[in-house]
Amino acid sequence: MQKNTFTGLMAGAAVAAVFSIAAVASGEPKSGYQFAEPETRAMQDDDFSNPAMLVADYGGDLWSTPDGEANKSCEDCHGDAAVSMKGVKTRYPTYYQPWGKMINLELRINECRKNNQKAKAWKYESKEMIGMASYVGYQSRGMSMAVDIGGKATPFFKKGKEFFYERRGQMDMACSHCHEDNAGNMIRANLLSEAQVNGFPTYRLKWSGVGTLHRRFKGCNDNIRAEPFKRGSDEYVNLELYLAWRGRGLTVETPSVRN
Amino acid sequence: MSSKENPRKISRRHAILLVGAAAAAAGMLPRVSLADKEATEAAVKAAGGDGASSGGITLDLPQIAENGNTVPVGVEVESPMTADNYVKTVHLFAEGNPNPQVCAMHFTPASGIAKASTRIRLAKTQNIVALAEMSDGSFRRETVEVKVTIGGCGG
Amino acid sequence: MASAKPRVKVPKTAASGEIIEIKSLISHTMESGQRKDKEGKLIPRKIINKFVVTFNGKEFFSCDWAPAVAANPYMAFHMRATESGTMEFAWTDDDGTVYTDKKDLKVG
Repeated sequence: MQKNTFTGLMAGAAVAAVFSIAAVASGEPKSGYQFAEPETRAMQDDDFSNPAMLVADYGGDLWSTPDGEANKSCEDCHGDAAVSMKGVKTRYPTYYQPWGKMINLELRINECRKNNQKAKAWKYESKEMIGMASYVGYQSRGMSMAVDIGGKATPFFKKGKEFFYERRGQMDMACSHCHEDNAGNMIRANLLSEAQVNGFPTYRLKWSGVGTLHRRFKGCNDNIRAEPFKRGSDEYVNLELYLAWRGRGLTVETPSVRN
Repeated sequence: MSSKENPRKISRRHAILLVGAAAAAAGMLPRVSLADKEATEAAVKAAGGDGASSGGITLDLPQIAENGNTVPVGVEVESPMTADNYVKTVHLFAEGNPNPQVCAMHFTPASGIAKASTRIRLAKTQNIVALAEMSDGSFRRETVEVKVTIGGCGG
Repeated sequence: MASAKPRVKVPKTAASGEIIEIKSLISHTMESGQRKDKEGKLIPRKIINKFVVTFNGKEFFSCDWAPAVAANPYMAFHMRATESGTMEFAWTDDDGTVYTDKKDLKVG
């Protein structure tokens, strides 16, 4: 039976009203899950209806597959991912001493491949990298995001925060214009979320597939006619750090389902 | 191309072109045409559903699709699902898609209930038609409209 | 193209006569044949066109799929559990490849 039109409209209006009142500024972040339609949430709720889990499964297969000149699998060093990778997603991006700057999960995976497996780096948006990032992230499902912005991370956090509030592109817009000032409002036929990162990599209905956070950043920059940065760039990693801090307390939902 | 005497005045020719362009644009707005409806009814007829009665079908679809490329749909047809009284097939047709056929679900008494769900692609706002063929040769049908929007920032 | 194992959810046990729900999910782009590539050429259709489920070798549910079925196709359906045995799933690609999976069910 189709949902009643009036009830649906009233519910939608009530939801939008609540979200526009309780913005991030109040200190209570809201996951993209809460901005999604009930049908989209239902897709995520069951691991057997969540298409992103197929990608995480693939990552799981890669976890046990030997690779590189060292002919080692992730499992050879890290054992059961459910144990060794538990909590990892909650604290990335993190300060990486060898680089003197922040590193995110995708870049860290390639560092491990290079240094320990003596294997070729995976392309950032390759199905292998997305699979592994989804699989590793999945091990932190349900845990609270708790990234560290103190000490050596602080200057990078500041850069990420500046980026979030900086106007850019032909449309001269900052991330905050949509995702802070207007979270919960409609932009044409889309509902604006708070741009939280707790569910990435995510299955975007728009992509009919799983993609990384930096892919989403690029799309957003393209949309406001701004020159996008490269995946894995300092700009995007620093922004990711700021957003991870902004969403502290949200539970990890990787791999999630979003529009 | 404004008039030579007064640069601000729109020439008559220009005005006609503007009105014509607007009309053409309006005509190009996506809408389900009579041809689409006919194609769906032809598909219903080909499946044997001419003269199908209404009732006994629950067709579950969102009022507004979050994204037209992945729309969850559920269908349930009332039936005892016994050896001599069960639902054989449920067809789904999408009136506004390039081709109306979406899927055909084949049940048996061992299914227990004639209930299934999947995810479908919808090109635009349109009616979805469910057509159920019963084991006794009779047919039932149900129609539900789904709104499909063109996203927000960049689609 | 299915690059990963399908995911199927079947309860491990069921009471005799109980109607159980089964969920299935498989990785596949379901290329509709409507999309165009960068040069403007139509990308050929390549979908899973048939999904068949059997229990102890007997087919109890199947579905014919057209390009309007969404990518990474999902299907949930039901079965009346009467005896223990094995449920087998088969997805047939346009190119003839058949992807399979199976799950055991204990009834009683």
